[in-house]
Amino acid sequence: MTVQTLTERPSRSTLFDGLTRYIPIGATVALLAALYLGGVANYPNFDNPQVVAKLFIDNAPLLVIAVGMTFVILSGGIDLSVGSVMAFSTMACAWLTVEAGIGAPLALVLVLAFGTAWGLLIGAVIHYFDVQPFIATLVGLFLFRGLTLQISDTDVSMREVEFFQWGMTHVDFGEIRDGGFWLPYLSFVAFAVVVIAFVVLHYTRFGRGVYAVGGSESSALLMGLPVARTKIGVYAVSGFCAALAGVLAAFATKSANPLANVGAELDAIAAVVIGGTLLTGGAGFVLGTVAGVMVWGMLNTLIAFQGNLSSWWARIVMGVLLLAFILLQRVLARSGEKRRT
Amino acid sequence: MSPYAKRLMWPVVILLALVAVNIAATGVDFIVPSVNDDGRLGGAFVNILRRSVPLLLIALGMTLVIATKGIDLSVGAVYAIGAAIACQTIMDSSDQGAAGTVLTAIALALVVTAVIGAWNGVMVAAFGIQPIVATLILMIAGRGIAQLITGGQIPKVEDTSPFTELGRGAFLTIPIPIWIAALALTALALLTRRTALGMLLESVGGNPEASRLAGIRSKGITVLVYLVCGLCAGLAGLIGASNLGSADANNGGLWIELDAILAVVIGGTALLGGRFFLLGTTIGVVIIGTLEDTIINVGLSSQWQFTAKAIVVFVVALLQSPGFRAWILKPFKRTPQARVEAPAPAKAEEAAK
Amino acid sequence: MSDAALVRMTGIVKDFTGVRALDGVDFTLRPGEIHAVMGENGAGKSTLIKVLTGVHGHDAGEILLDGEPVRFSSPKAAQAAGISTVYQEVNLTDNLSVAENLLAGREPRLGPFINFRAMRRRAKELLDDIGIDLNVAAPLSSYSIAMQQLVAIARAVDIEAKVLILDEPTSSLDRDEVEVLLGVMRRLAAKGTAMVFISHFLDQVYEISDRMTVLRNGRLVGEWATADLGQNELIGHMLGREAAALEQIERAASAHRVEDEEPLLQAEGLGRKGSIAPYDLTIRRGEVVGLAGLLGSGRTETARLIAGADRADSGTLRFEGRKVGGHNPRTAAARGIAFCPENRKTEGLVGDLTVAENMILAMQASRGWARSIPVARRDKLVASFIEKLGIRPADPDMPVKNLSGGNQQKVLLARWMLIEPKLLILDEPTRGIDVGAKADIQRLVAELSADGMSVLFVSAELDEVTRLSDRIAVLRDRELISVLQDEADMTSERIVDTIVAGGRES
Repeated sequence: MTVQTLTERPSRSTLFDGLTRYIPIGATVALLAALYLGGVANYPNFDNPQVVAKLFIDNAPLLVIAVGMTFVILSGGIDLSVGSVMAFSTMACAWLTVEAGIGAPLALVLVLAFGTAWGLLIGAVIHYFDVQPFIATLVGLFLFRGLTLQISDTDVSMREVEFFQWGMTHVDFGEIRDGGFWLPYLSFVAFAVVVIAFVVLHYTRFGRGVYAVGGSESSALLMGLPVARTKIGVYAVSGFCAALAGVLAAFATKSANPLANVGAELDAIAAVVIGGTLLTGGAGFVLGTVAGVMVWGMLNTLIAFQGNLSSWWARIVMGVLLLAFILLQRVLARSGEKRRT
Repeated sequence: MSPYAKRLMWPVVILLALVAVNIAATGVDFIVPSVNDDGRLGGAFVNILRRSVPLLLIALGMTLVIATKGIDLSVGAVYAIGAAIACQTIMDSSDQGAAGTVLTAIALALVVTAVIGAWNGVMVAAFGIQPIVATLILMIAGRGIAQLITGGQIPKVEDTSPFTELGRGAFLTIPIPIWIAALALTALALLTRRTALGMLLESVGGNPEASRLAGIRSKGITVLVYLVCGLCAGLAGLIGASNLGSADANNGGLWIELDAILAVVIGGTALLGGRFFLLGTTIGVVIIGTLEDTIINVGLSSQWQFTAKAIVVFVVALLQSPGFRAWILKPFKRTPQARVEAPAPAKAEEAAK
Repeated sequence: MSDAALVRMTGIVKDFTGVRALDGVDFTLRPGEIHAVMGENGAGKSTLIKVLTGVHGHDAGEILLDGEPVRFSSPKAAQAAGISTVYQEVNLTDNLSVAENLLAGREPRLGPFINFRAMRRRAKELLDDIGIDLNVAAPLSSYSIAMQQLVAIARAVDIEAKVLILDEPTSSLDRDEVEVLLGVMRRLAAKGTAMVFISHFLDQVYEISDRMTVLRNGRLVGEWATADLGQNELIGHMLGREAAALEQIERAASAHRVEDEEPLLQAEGLGRKGSIAPYDLTIRRGEVVGLAGLLGSGRTETARLIAGADRADSGTLRFEGRKVGGHNPRTAAARGIAFCPENRKTEGLVGDLTVAENMILAMQASRGWARSIPVARRDKLVASFIEKLGIRPADPDMPVKNLSGGNQQKVLLARWMLIEPKLLILDEPTRGIDVGAKADIQRLVAELSADGMSVLFVSAELDEVTRLSDRIAVLRDRELISVLQDEADMTSERIVDTIVAGGRES
């Protein structure tokens, strides 16, 4: 019996493939470059490296929750609770250190552990009881905003706690006058989160499992992949990231505002989608999310430089971009479907 | 008991329980309406009803959207846009008191919000984008648009303008918002139950493929429903703004979309689409409104509101989950299972083979 | 082939809420054999496989694997015990690369990290083993469905499988690809892997399998060595003979021969890639045309093109002499073409709506939402159809999901009779319903055609098709192979012969 060999060349066909896969993220990077060059051309001092560095100072917490959100969205879910969990974490840091008098390092560990545990719980509810992620995480949105307000309905300062000075301690890269810039430690924490997320998503079984579950949950189940662990895991990652973002915010502002980060979940979702991640799951990159967060930051920077524009333009532009990206993804997906059948 | 009454039973029981708690805490005055000096109906419960009107309008629109297996996250933003347009138009006019100005402002706000709703519908029906994604766009950008309309300020309408009557006035001693809510409820009930719209909605939401094969034009119906939802959100914004006499683009109607979804679910309409209950939603809205007062009346701080709502969402979500019910009922499986099991005729049929 | 059984299932019973899907089925699989499980829709093939692989639990009976009693709680547990499955639908994630799909969950690692180079190498080897050559780093979605199916098989083979279950693996493959698959199966069999093969392609089954187990209506018909069972016998076993209990409906068709009637509908070269080859078919006024063929022969697909449920990509359709353009369910209904789909629950009825609402759905759809049917008229129509079709319970306000299958089917029929169509397309209207309802529906079809309505009747049961039809179109392997016209040809035997002959010619 002769063994016949069949061969087929891959066709470029869908959103997940070859070059097509990079269209959304390419568009984001091009947009980012255009925004930056536009800024440089129009405003003096926009080319100062600190302008770019500042993006990673102001948006470090957003970057961290957006990374967590990337995990959730890649798996086909959504997490609405991150803004509230973040505000709660900041408030908890303040309460534990200032009111309860617990040592700051221990307080941080407690807060991070709590965020992760919450993620595990809500992930379990979503997976085992088949509750829609939208509704299940809505519980967190209400619950933690309420708990935050119950701890304190006014600002709590952490200025007295020495430990919180650490976050804004900065590293200088050259003299500011000579075109250098500086970054605080908390930005490096955010970078570390990005790097770890990248490695986990691309080089570990858990990470590839996230993509598999987002691609098709039922297939992943029949392939014998640990679907439960993966689905619960992404919410734990998101919970951890939200708690960490709250800690970073504590470092950055040294005070806890009970109404902070309202709507942060929406900013994070927008950044993830603009970064090229499919809202239905299964395709996207964590580095795209970084680009998405930078677009958000760049828009705000431009508005600040312009001086007379409402900061709400940033939201509107994000909405328009979101629309453009969702339509783009839809078109690419449709053309892929057509070519394949 | 008819299936309709069965669905309404739980919400009614919860509402009665809440009312009982309030009466126990604050006395019978809670439920009995009083007549204010200016001839308007007042009292704690009437105030709850009056304050719940914007939420009710939005929840009614949301009920129809959810019946088609959809969801509209943008209603809070649309609320803000409607309020902003109306207040800004009145403020920009020379005579804030003129009836013409007020009517123009109201008409403009309603038309724009209806167009926004229709746009959501087109995204869902024609472009085939998931409802949650399609409406997320305006949820994110909508408040920016409202801010743009108001120029970043909070436009204030003079207290003498007839516009404020919409939220504060009374007709035949009953507050005008309650009239509007009653009219809207009646109109939507007539629109869906006197025509075939309601049934077709339930059909499209209950089984889209079967509906397509039965020849239903689901696209037009979907757009119409989102349009109605946008219109309801706009009207809610008008009432809210008129009550305050101003339009806050940032905080007006904040999180109202989530409250509305909650009210719909409490009222017995499943998030998966199909059968919808406008009356159930109404009771759901009143429950949420009463809950807010109850928290204060039993002596908890108002901050408990969020926590209480979170608990309600959690319980309702779990109760609607078949997985959870199976898990909870496991120890009692033998008895309850037999009753909810498929009907007897099917078994008899198998035996006949 | 040794006699020791690798898998022995005895007396398997599986109930789904009120429906017995498997009723005391025995199944034995020996090492190194390729064992075909045959049967029509609803025979219980899939359920049997799912019980074996841990997707469903069973209510009675015993499964022995290597003589040990087993009961798998999930597909994963079955895989761990060496039972691996490839389904008809490609159950892989097409957003990941070929290599990842082949090795997901078993990736070679360096510490906690996936070793992509080793993974690609291993994937390449796996594909070489079964004789396909792909770029393993490319996303799975860039390959054809057929190739994806072969990748799924490669994945299943890699899991050190003692038992490999192939559930309709060939339905999307072309001839060359099928050859590759059969080659792989032979090599695996030689290595001692036992395989369960489910396919509706009789040629393939006869070419590859050693033994056959035939199921019908959830019961075991028997087990034969493939060499001992002719195609005619096999088809006879699969389709079965109606129980004598079914009241005989005289061949009503003969009473109104309609050869001279003008054609109502003419399909010329109508087809859809990947679902049914282009076919010609004419339906005259008042005529009942039957579509006969085995599962997967394309009978449903043929009907769906005419109904406008699927879009044809070739050919033309004429209705009442005029060319039909922009064909979809709504325009079809407006022209007078009504379609009762094969799957009542997912495509026919809206379970939560009441009997009355489901009945008037098509009529209401044609009027638009604004023009509601007046309540009095609605009640009268609904009551008259409940009466006429004998729907039980006779409660118009009962949610339709609470009715039995036969009554549900009658509701669906009533929905379309309400719009008084010229052509009624019935896809398996009698599947899974009790004998009484079956007789009712058959009698109804005969009556409707006597009144001048044309009917396109699709059924897996040959007795039923022959009893009702004026002419019978016979399908095989997604092709319309013959139209039987003569009165003498209206027999099950003749249809089976045609199906078998059709296979030999090609």
